[in-house]
Amino acid sequence: MADERPVLGRFPRPARIAGRLALCAFALLYVLPFLIQLATSLKTDPDAAAHPMTLFPGNPTVAAYRRLFGAGGGVESVPFLRWLGNSAFVTVAVTSGRVLFDSMAGYALARLPFAGRRTLFVFLLSAMSVPPVVLLIPKFLVLKSFGMFDSYSGMITPLLVDAGGVFIMKQFFESLPREIEEAARIDGAGVPRIFWSVVLPMSKAPLITLTVLSFQGSWNEFTHFLVSTQSSRYDTLTTGLAHFVSGGLGGGTQYPLKLAAALLSTLPVAALFFCFQRYFVRGSNAGSVKE
Amino acid sequence: MAGSGLLGTPAAAGPRRSAAVTRRRPVRDRIRQGAWGWLFVTPMVLVLGLFMALPILMALWVSLLHWDGQSNPFTGHADFVGLGNYRDLISSDGLSRTLFATSLRNTAYYVLLTVPAQTVLALGLAIVVNQRMMRGRGVARTVFYFPSVTSSIAVSTVFLFLFQGSGSVNRMLSWIGVKGPNWFADPRGVVWLVLGDLGFTDPDHPGGPLARHGVLGLSWADWFSGPSVAMCTLILLSVWTTSGTFMLIFLAALQGIPRSLEEAAALDGVNRRQLLRHVTLPALRPVVFLVLTLGLIATWQVFDQVYVMGKGAPGNTTLTPAYLSYSSGFDNADYGHGAAIAFVLLAIILPLAGLQRWVLRERGGRGRRLRRGGRGPLRAPREEVGARG
Repeated sequence: MADERPVLGRFPRPARIAGRLALCAFALLYVLPFLIQLATSLKTDPDAAAHPMTLFPGNPTVAAYRRLFGAGGGVESVPFLRWLGNSAFVTVAVTSGRVLFDSMAGYALARLPFAGRRTLFVFLLSAMSVPPVVLLIPKFLVLKSFGMFDSYSGMITPLLVDAGGVFIMKQFFESLPREIEEAARIDGAGVPRIFWSVVLPMSKAPLITLTVLSFQGSWNEFTHFLVSTQSSRYDTLTTGLAHFVSGGLGGGTQYPLKLAAALLSTLPVAALFFCFQRYFVRGSNAGSVKE
Repeated sequence: MAGSGLLGTPAAAGPRRSAAVTRRRPVRDRIRQGAWGWLFVTPMVLVLGLFMALPILMALWVSLLHWDGQSNPFTGHADFVGLGNYRDLISSDGLSRTLFATSLRNTAYYVLLTVPAQTVLALGLAIVVNQRMMRGRGVARTVFYFPSVTSSIAVSTVFLFLFQGSGSVNRMLSWIGVKGPNWFADPRGVVWLVLGDLGFTDPDHPGGPLARHGVLGLSWADWFSGPSVAMCTLILLSVWTTSGTFMLIFLAALQGIPRSLEEAAALDGVNRRQLLRHVTLPALRPVVFLVLTLGLIATWQVFDQVYVMGKGAPGNTTLTPAYLSYSSGFDNADYGHGAAIAFVLLAIILPLAGLQRWVLRERGGRGRRLRRGGRGPLRAPREEVGARG
């Protein structure tokens, strides 16, 4: 740990207190929207419309959550469980694919000498600079021609490899000492065995980073699902919520329900974030930026 | 993952060493390794090739067609229109061109306001949170970073509620005696709004004579209107969600500044402002550039928020090229037109990505320092961000 003493003296006390207050006020701006979201999800529709700022609802109700889980009692409910199931299924499939394929490709690019490796690396770098929104119509086109439009395979397959992830893994494998792999090779281990039993066990940290980033990426993915599906039975939390919110532009209607759905859809990533925060940090320092 | 900045450490040392080692190995072993190498990259080549390279080529062809998404566009029956779709966007007078120009104008203001704001805010937050003696800085980091990891759709939903006409934001504004606008329904540009309030322009005829002439089918008054009130909410949302990510990039760089440098300056008797201006900021210059280009690349692509928060309404003032491309295809069944918009957008973004690569490569000396501090896509910043503080 580096020297913790500050280089310059501390601020005078009043300045410190003022700075601290300003920072707290600012932090409040980042927290308040989530608090309001939570509070509103526990209100009734009229209450939410009349008191948008109260953090402690007068008559808290879980009606919104009951409706999301299909216990609305006569009221038309939102297919939230279907969205949740689709999101979970797609996320698990995409995350496992990415962890496996990204590390395989990263290992090959870092260690295995094969013809065309240089070219492939340039290809990888170019793939990383293609802006995703430019691919909206092109992807639809390809999925349609392959007969994969509006299916789980069309939702999952194109996301199975992520250029940024391959890059992260390649960088990591290059930083590993070669000697251990050489020793394993002399002992007669082949490439797959070295990769699986020697290299991967040494790569826990980047594998966790990759898992966390892939989970977050596919759970929050929106545009790809938007262009690869059409029927509502393939709606995920993101597309389902987006259709629900943008379709029912009826002013203040059903906000508790919408905010409850948004809140629940945030929870898994939030939980992951609080458990694995430092891996998120590594990922963001790799230059990936969410917009 | 749009554009990756801290690259530039390709296999410089790797291959040379590997050549020396492999020479000693039998040829058969090498061939076997090469075969495994190809096998290992096959999934990547297939997925990126089929769902990234191929789509681009196909879309390039479709952008030359008039295609409604139904028939097969790769047969002789396709309605080939040449560069017609591009002409509609750029040179022929008409609704498409006006819409496209509007979307460019909206996004230009969005970029112009979002990028500097998020960069300055992120830098400020990083410097504050990096204070060594501050209590609770771990919590502060978590708080500022959290919005960045949530789904854009979920936070857009929250903002939609906050900025309603009778929503939380306007309620808060009313506490200090300000009557907030009806955010999402207000297409007025803020430039004319402010000038009108100050009495410089006639609020009923904003822009005055500028409204009579224009370029690309949009009058000068429209070009100079500034972002609409509705667009301002998107800008706020974007600054709010991205500043945390960029703060972390700045934090890693701040922690990469050699302590000896700061101590030497302190011995010379600099004060805090001088230290910031003459030591810290110069050391951060490459990272500032990185953040600026990452921001530029990302903001030109804004889509999700537009989809949730109004789909271009009110009065097309939140329309962006990305959304226009999507809706021309999926709502108006004019995929050729949508593909053409996508390529014009690509032509705007690719030079930005290229610029980023080029500058990070050119500044060899500085780049190296940057890499030492932040190279590590996998090397955690010296201090881990943790809720534990």
